[in-house]
Amino acid sequence: MTAVSIEKLATVEKSPGYWAGVARRFSRDPVAMIALVVVVGLILMAIFAPLVAPSDPYRTSMLRRLRPIGTEGFPLGADELGRDMLSRLIYGARLSLLMGVTPVVIAFFIGSAIGITAGYVGGRLNTALMRTIDVFFAFPSVLLAIALSGALGAGIFNGLLSLTVVFIPPIARIAESVTTAVRRIEYVEAARASGASAFTIVRVHVLGNVIGPIFVYATGLISVSLILASGLSFLGLGVKPPEPEWGLMLNTLRNAIYVQPWVAALPGLMIFITSISFNLLSDGLRSAMDIKA
Amino acid sequence: MSTPLVDINNLHVRFHGQRTVHAVNGVNLTLAPGETLGVLGESGSGKSVTLKTLLRLLPENRTQIAGDVRVSGVDVMALSGKALANHRGGVVSMIFQDPMLALDPVYTIGEQISEGVMRHEGASSREAYARALEMLTRVRIPSPERRLKAYPHEMSGGMRQRAMIALALACKPKLLLADEPTTALDATVQIQILLLLRELQRELGMGMIFVTHDIGVAVEVSDRVAVMYAGQVVETGSVRDILRSPQHPYTRGLLAANLHGAQKGQRLQAIPGAPPPLDTAPVTCSFAPRCPVKAAGCDAGPPPNVTLAPGREVRCIHALGEAQGSAAN
Repeated sequence: MTAVSIEKLATVEKSPGYWAGVARRFSRDPVAMIALVVVVGLILMAIFAPLVAPSDPYRTSMLRRLRPIGTEGFPLGADELGRDMLSRLIYGARLSLLMGVTPVVIAFFIGSAIGITAGYVGGRLNTALMRTIDVFFAFPSVLLAIALSGALGAGIFNGLLSLTVVFIPPIARIAESVTTAVRRIEYVEAARASGASAFTIVRVHVLGNVIGPIFVYATGLISVSLILASGLSFLGLGVKPPEPEWGLMLNTLRNAIYVQPWVAALPGLMIFITSISFNLLSDGLRSAMDIKA
Repeated sequence: MSTPLVDINNLHVRFHGQRTVHAVNGVNLTLAPGETLGVLGESGSGKSVTLKTLLRLLPENRTQIAGDVRVSGVDVMALSGKALANHRGGVVSMIFQDPMLALDPVYTIGEQISEGVMRHEGASSREAYARALEMLTRVRIPSPERRLKAYPHEMSGGMRQRAMIALALACKPKLLLADEPTTALDATVQIQILLLLRELQRELGMGMIFVTHDIGVAVEVSDRVAVMYAGQVVETGSVRDILRSPQHPYTRGLLAANLHGAQKGQRLQAIPGAPPPLDTAPVTCSFAPRCPVKAAGCDAGPPPNVTLAPGREVRCIHALGEAQGSAAN
């Protein structure tokens, strides 16, 4: 039977794969592509902040406090301590993105692991894990983040930690429900019938079908995380001054809202642009990953 | 006959849950190598459960299985670990009812077929792809090279079922289990798939157990037929015997309920009543409450399993007289 040939196979290259198809569909979605460009731009801006920023974001100047947008040497004005807003916004992307993305990434792994385990094993383990997760749902997420940060003390690390804890439950719940649904579909049984081990089934058939929806959901959480992180900083629980971070900048500039409203609104604008870009990116991924569409 | 390919002896399957279900209650089945057995019965008669037992696919923690299940002499219930993985897909393989659900939507057909080949035969991915291509050619999928790279949703229902068959046969199993493989397909595609299965079964010399609730389908593919009711085999015999001289009242009812003989304007024949709930194990004949020829002895105890001829068995009190009659002749 094997006479049919390895030669003939030369014409059959390996399948381009799932992700190639996703990339192709994603690249045809103009809104998603714009969002991707913005996000990549923000990330590059954060990484190369020292090269991009026109001046030192920490240098204060009592003479140039609260300059309007377009002032000579201060293209986006100066804040309440006379620091260059443009530079501070550029440097601020570093901490803001870190605070926005890191908790979601960590929560993505932990939450998926918990949810997929609960969903695939089912039974008592599922009940135990998911009811524990439900306890966290009893608290509004903002309150939980504030309570945890408050208890742990202010600081970047504690802020990240509390945000991670906030995002594990929703991701675990999504992972659990998707896994439970996938586990009952016949291809899982078909895989068992063809001799696949439990580990192979989870790795290939469950993960392959479950990771897309969880990933999409998690990218949508990045914008929430960004806003929550900014909120923590605003309340003085996250990043401490004089570090540039958008939420914190919004807080310190709020007294200047009557003097220089446009300058005071700039950090909020950055938060808005970043979070909406992540949301649109997540929407684009959602439709690109749906191979049935 | 040497060792039968399948030998199921007094199989009992019980599911524990919120309520206990006695799904299978003492099933005996044998299948010779290269033979096709059609298992006929309505929903809940235990056909699929019996089939899944052969692959040990039932959830272990909620299922209680008693009895002897052997495939080419190997005790299936004793298999574990590597041996069980080899058994599944390598020795015994299964085709499912709905190919849309039984094929994984995020992998191409080629990837799914080659996955099993690599697992069972340790083949390289190139060899496995060559095998996948060969199998797609065998099940007569047009332009198989292209289909290798197609996702299940990109194919039609009949094509998907062909791909499913290719997937099941890729490792050349000795036994193919088909769980209503044509039910989800429309009528014109059904017959093509049936003919293909029959042909491949002969070509590869496999045994096949074909579960269906459609008598026409069972007749089309099978050498022998086993009729199941309430978790028991009530009648077995060759297709010819079952069609020409059904012995069990249930089999007669099934045949009478056939649409083909129906006259326009007349009510369709049906068996009155419904199958019994299987909360408790049957102690008498399960069919007695619906039986048109119920006798006094039917409620007294389990009906005898009467062997009329080799491979021809009926589980009915009335067959007793029949057997004695034919013995006297």
